[in-house]
Amino acid sequence: MNDERPIIEAENLSKVYGSLPVLHGLSFSVARGEFVALLGANGSGKSTLLRLLSGLSKPTSGAVRIGGWEMPREAMAVRAQIGLVAHQPLLYENLTARENLDFFGVLYGIQRDERERRIVELLIAAGLRKRADSLVRTFSRGMKQRLSIARATLHQPDVLLLDEPYSGLDQAAVERLDEMLGAAIAGGRTIIMSTHQLERIPPGAGRALALSRGKISFDDAIGSRNLSEIYRSASA
Amino acid sequence: MKTPFIKSVAAILSKDLRAEIRARELVSVMALFSLLSVLVFSFALELDRGAREEAVSGVLWVTLIFASLLGFNRSMAQERDQGNLDAMLLAPVSRAAIYVGKLLGNFIFTLIVGLALLPLMTALYGLDLLNGWVIITTVVGIFGFATIGTLLATLTVQTRAREALLPIAMLPIVLPFLLTAVRTTKGILSGAPAAEWQGPLGMLGAICVIYLALCLLLYEYVLEA
Repeated sequence: MNDERPIIEAENLSKVYGSLPVLHGLSFSVARGEFVALLGANGSGKSTLLRLLSGLSKPTSGAVRIGGWEMPREAMAVRAQIGLVAHQPLLYENLTARENLDFFGVLYGIQRDERERRIVELLIAAGLRKRADSLVRTFSRGMKQRLSIARATLHQPDVLLLDEPYSGLDQAAVERLDEMLGAAIAGGRTIIMSTHQLERIPPGAGRALALSRGKISFDDAIGSRNLSEIYRSASA
Repeated sequence: MKTPFIKSVAAILSKDLRAEIRARELVSVMALFSLLSVLVFSFALELDRGAREEAVSGVLWVTLIFASLLGFNRSMAQERDQGNLDAMLLAPVSRAAIYVGKLLGNFIFTLIVGLALLPLMTALYGLDLLNGWVIITTVVGIFGFATIGTLLATLTVQTRAREALLPIAMLPIVLPFLLTAVRTTKGILSGAPAAEWQGPLGMLGAICVIYLALCLLLYEYVLEA
């Protein structure tokens, strides 16, 4: 992949569910290593946009390219470069934390020794080492969310898409998640994170992209701007 | 970069087997339904031994098809409800590997129930269902159900009325296959010459191959739908 080219490019991206338009002609690009805070009220199209970027959903019109590959047509080429943390934890309740990570590690083609090493590292980072062999159905929401981030970063993706990762977490889980997110940022990952909790956007976040009724209402560097004002104007 | 097909299939199958051994959500439901079904038929047909002997192959296959519908629905619902199907789709795994992995799991779970039914029905209906050819027919028939059922369950699980939609979508498609399975089993149990039931048994095998090929081709489109 060419490092100078934006890692994510969206051109005139639209999505219609049945007769309901959700996204209208979005165009933007994201540079490699950039952190983008995706803002907007409920129903503004944030989750739909993340699904399109991850290749889980097809745009009705327009194009998405990740690392120069067109999604979802050429998605197989870049799947290993994308990690997604969604509303749901995307974990198997009747498998243990270790088994979940091992299963997804196999699907991402990570060799056994490397897989085992990364699983241990991620379980430690997620504060789940002692619960590694407990079934996920016995986990709290916060533990599942931390394991979900471990799953999404297991294959060391270049692009991390986070959809409301902080929703429903207690303070301890929030702090642990902050640490994991900080490590992902320090690792040079390109991150797009949707959230309503503006205080959770890391201080180093470079850019805010706000959606309002499926259109981009703000797309600029955060700098010294007030995130609450950006959010309010986007939600208006 | 795509993860090797066999590795992906083995991982999906092993995950399904492990989860089922722990939760027993599929086999237990299918087994309980099957047990009740054959008992109800047994009592309903008790007065007329001739009718019972005549109906036994029909009872076996009708029980198996409805039990498998329950199992296929729950198997895909487990993937859908926690968003795990999305997690698998995000991985660099061919859609055919996901299909084959799920198919093998569904086949094994339904086969366990099917093979457990044979001695039970032998005891209840007084006919030897533990005949080797009946067992082969059962294995082939269940594989046929699993091929179509796995594909259609993936489609219907995305709808709100999935429990009702799967039978509505699947039964018309498998009806000729079901009737051929009944005819084959009936021929074997009645002691008819092999020439009379080996043809239909061969046809069952051929239909399985056609179902499998079609489902492998269609699965990616079903996932997109």
